[in-house]
Amino acid sequence: MDIIYTIWLRSMIRYIRSKSRIVGSISMPLFFLLFLGFGLNSVVRIPGLGENYIEFLIPGMVAMSVLFTSVFSGIQIIWDKQFGFLKETLVAPVTRMEIMLGQTFGGATTALIQGIIIMVISLFVGLKVQSVTGFFIALGFMVLIGISFTAFGIAIASRMEDMTGFQLIMNFVVFPIFGLSGALFPISSLPPWLAPVTMLDPLTYGVEGIRYGLTGVSQINPVLSFMVIGGFACIMTIIGAFLFRKISI
Amino acid sequence: MTYAIQVHDLTKKYGNLVAVNNISFGIMQGEIFGLLGPNGAGKTTTLSMLSTMQKPSSGTATVQGKDVEKNEDDVRKAIGIVFQDQSLDEELTAGENMNFHGRLYRIPPDERDKRIDDLLRLVELYDRKNDIVKTFSGGMRRRLEIARGLLHHPSVLFLDEPTLGLDPQTRNHLWQYIADLSKEKHITIILTTHYMEEADRLCDRIAIIDHGSIIALDTPQNLKNGIGGDIITIKTPDINTVSGVLSEPWIHRIETHNDEIRIYLRNAEQHISDIITTLNQENITVHSVSIHKPTLEDVFLSYTGKTIREQEIDGKEMMRMHMRMVRH
Ligand SMILES: Nc1ncnc2c1ncn2[C@@H]1O[C@H](COP(=O)(O)OP(=O)(O)OP(=O)(O)O)[C@@H](O)[C@H]1O
Ligand SMILES: [Mg+2]
Repeated sequence: MDIIYTIWLRSMIRYIRSKSRIVGSISMPLFFLLFLGFGLNSVVRIPGLGENYIEFLIPGMVAMSVLFTSVFSGIQIIWDKQFGFLKETLVAPVTRMEIMLGQTFGGATTALIQGIIIMVISLFVGLKVQSVTGFFIALGFMVLIGISFTAFGIAIASRMEDMTGFQLIMNFVVFPIFGLSGALFPISSLPPWLAPVTMLDPLTYGVEGIRYGLTGVSQINPVLSFMVIGGFACIMTIIGAFLFRKISI
Repeated sequence: MTYAIQVHDLTKKYGNLVAVNNISFGIMQGEIFGLLGPNGAGKTTTLSMLSTMQKPSSGTATVQGKDVEKNEDDVRKAIGIVFQDQSLDEELTAGENMNFHGRLYRIPPDERDKRIDDLLRLVELYDRKNDIVKTFSGGMRRRLEIARGLLHHPSVLFLDEPTLGLDPQTRNHLWQYIADLSKEKHITIILTTHYMEEADRLCDRIAIIDHGSIIALDTPQNLKNGIGGDIITIKTPDINTVSGVLSEPWIHRIETHNDEIRIYLRNAEQHISDIITTLNQENITVHSVSIHKPTLEDVFLSYTGKTIREQEIDGKEMMRMHMRMVRH
């Protein structure tokens, strides 16, 4: 436990020091929120939410912020490899499992904070938190998304030598996961052939869970959402741990 | 006296490349042991295997009696290591880097804080404790890494090229520090270097390693004595005629190296005038003459037929060729 805490603590210190990273990773969901939100607010009608597209979009942007921050945090391992710091942890009498879990929780915490920042900003553009319980339900889903995708990042980083493959992963894995997740549009408005693909995307359940927490409305039963994204978090953690165990420096 | 480290027929292969080739040696408790060799000789690979970071291809090694493959965790607890390449977190302060290490090695908080301050004072970084490592010079980083490596009181310390890239003053300072450390704390130290002077000055015993094999292992003094006295170096255009002319019994050995003749003999001062006289009588032009006591550089030359610098150039050449082959 103390080792996991140690690794987590380091992630936190580094996070707090990296002002530019904090601002940088807030900016994209924020622009989406402002441009898409205000731009399409009068055009798009969401079934069940009436004319309020922004309210529909906010949970999606929170999820987006958590997704990107956590993938980045996981990928950080590559920098540790390149700057040599990874050796320091690998040669210590601690298990790789502890290192991996510490890194995962560190990344998930970072992502959670980034998501909360978006949430707070959203309060000014129309977010009305329905209940305290709902707020905590949303946080719970954000944590699960954070764990899943930090572990995903660690899994990727364990197999990559340097950052050259990173853009590829972003374009062909992370962006599709985001785009297909129903963060930007309701699943029910998709053409029938695309709907099943969306249902295969684990992030869909995370977004729907957050949406349920924040707005009280969702298209997928929140219990199902919880089971799917929770299960996905477990599977990714296991895969991440397995690949990290074989990391070579 | 017991062994701190024992190595038997240790080998490491990367594909077709044999990085470490069947080496064996033992290191006594409290000894400073040097691995001396040119770039690519296999020094770092050897330390990687001893510190459990790489699995040997074959052979065995124990550290404090613990097998590096079967008893990884015990070995890791017993050792401290300063890697050849930097391994600090540049975004953290010196104190935070130390703290992180102390926590990883489960040192209780009070004890941890005390040791951190003591060690930072020792390496003269105490007043920079709360500065971010990014702002440190190379020498300061190196000292911080050494302090960090000592934090958990290892009984064996690995130093991979501890003074690489440091200025002579800092280097001298670190040498003094390493020597004191071994004397006062009775820590066994195994260091790698390609600085002859460093090996000579610090090490109780030295293994000269080249192309993955140990080609000589002894105390610096014995290695130098093994050469057979002093060395007279003569620069001359008539390289090939010289050895035929000089056949006095007090000459131990004559070697040619590039455009130089190297004569190994005892009491060179007494014989130098005889040598010059003979060469003059034979009408051999002499550009320059010098006498010196043998250094480890001479030892290296006499074992490999090359100076360590030439060897390194070869190594780089080989590496370049290797890279080319990999790319195509
Ligand atoms: N991970 C690796 N994969 C493939 N080859 C390697 C690897 N690590 C080292 N080598 C090769 O093994 C040989 C020995 O390398 P090593 O790093 O042990 O040398 P060294 O004596 O430490 O050299 P230097 O003085 O440059 O640090 C070199 O030819 C090197 O290219
Ligand atoms: Mg090396």
